[in-house]
Amino acid sequence: MKSRVPITVAAAALVFFAGYAALFIAPDERTMHEIQRIFYFHLGSWAAMFTALTIAFIANIAWLVTRQPRWDWLGVSSVEVGVAACTAGLITGVLWGKPAWGIWWTWDPRLTTCFILWILYISYLILRGLIEEPQRRATLSAIFGIFAFLDAPLVYASNRLWVGQHPSPVIMGGKDSGLDPAMGRVLLVAVVTMTVMMLIVLVDRYRLERLRHELDELRLAAESGSSSPKPLAAKELL
Amino acid sequence: MKNFHFLFAAWVAVWAVFFVYELSVASRLSRLRAEMDSLKRQLKE
Repeated sequence: MKSRVPITVAAAALVFFAGYAALFIAPDERTMHEIQRIFYFHLGSWAAMFTALTIAFIANIAWLVTRQPRWDWLGVSSVEVGVAACTAGLITGVLWGKPAWGIWWTWDPRLTTCFILWILYISYLILRGLIEEPQRRATLSAIFGIFAFLDAPLVYASNRLWVGQHPSPVIMGGKDSGLDPAMGRVLLVAVVTMTVMMLIVLVDRYRLERLRHELDELRLAAESGSSSPKPLAAKELL
Repeated sequence: MKNFHFLFAAWVAVWAVFFVYELSVASRLSRLRAEMDSLKRQLKE
């Protein structure tokens, strides 16, 4: 546990600096003023979510190809962390929507596709809880995870394809889009901070899944009366 | 600064989600570790 102290201190410093930069370094936006500063946490949450769900998507495919348990552990861990980041993104969106639009929520294409994504991955986690047999659980959830990920590019493209309440993209959104360079730097700090935090949580969540697997093996060994359970093969561990 | 409470709530919400989630993972981890230690002791006996 001692080795985690530098990481925890570095993460805390990063979180503090990202908050300071968003509140005090980023320039004031002309129309929305201080409320626009939610943007840094809001986009940071989505960046963390997209990273986590992309890892889950790769892990789901890798499980179907290799059938190595570590990919299933990585898949479910990334989905759970991605759902947490998606929840943060939705909450910040709602808290931005009320002062900016006068309403907490609207069924705009971007908001709707995000909400569907959130529901899909919560369904993924519920589905896993309903299947007892590990191989079947891993395969079905990998297939469902790949299907759920189809909504992710749709979320990205939704405010490019359809007109809605949500603002047009400010990054890679065409010739009329763009971000003040100072805002861009603060945004980069926020995105890096939230992605790093997501990865730290993901490592812990992966350890949990691996330990759960080891415990199941140990339980099986205890039930069969053996005092030396078969250890995990080195290739099964990440 | 009339909308500052929304900004503050968003900032708190983001870190609360991450912090509470990390706490839940850490508590599940320590529970599993305790269970594993007890099972290992049982197997040795």
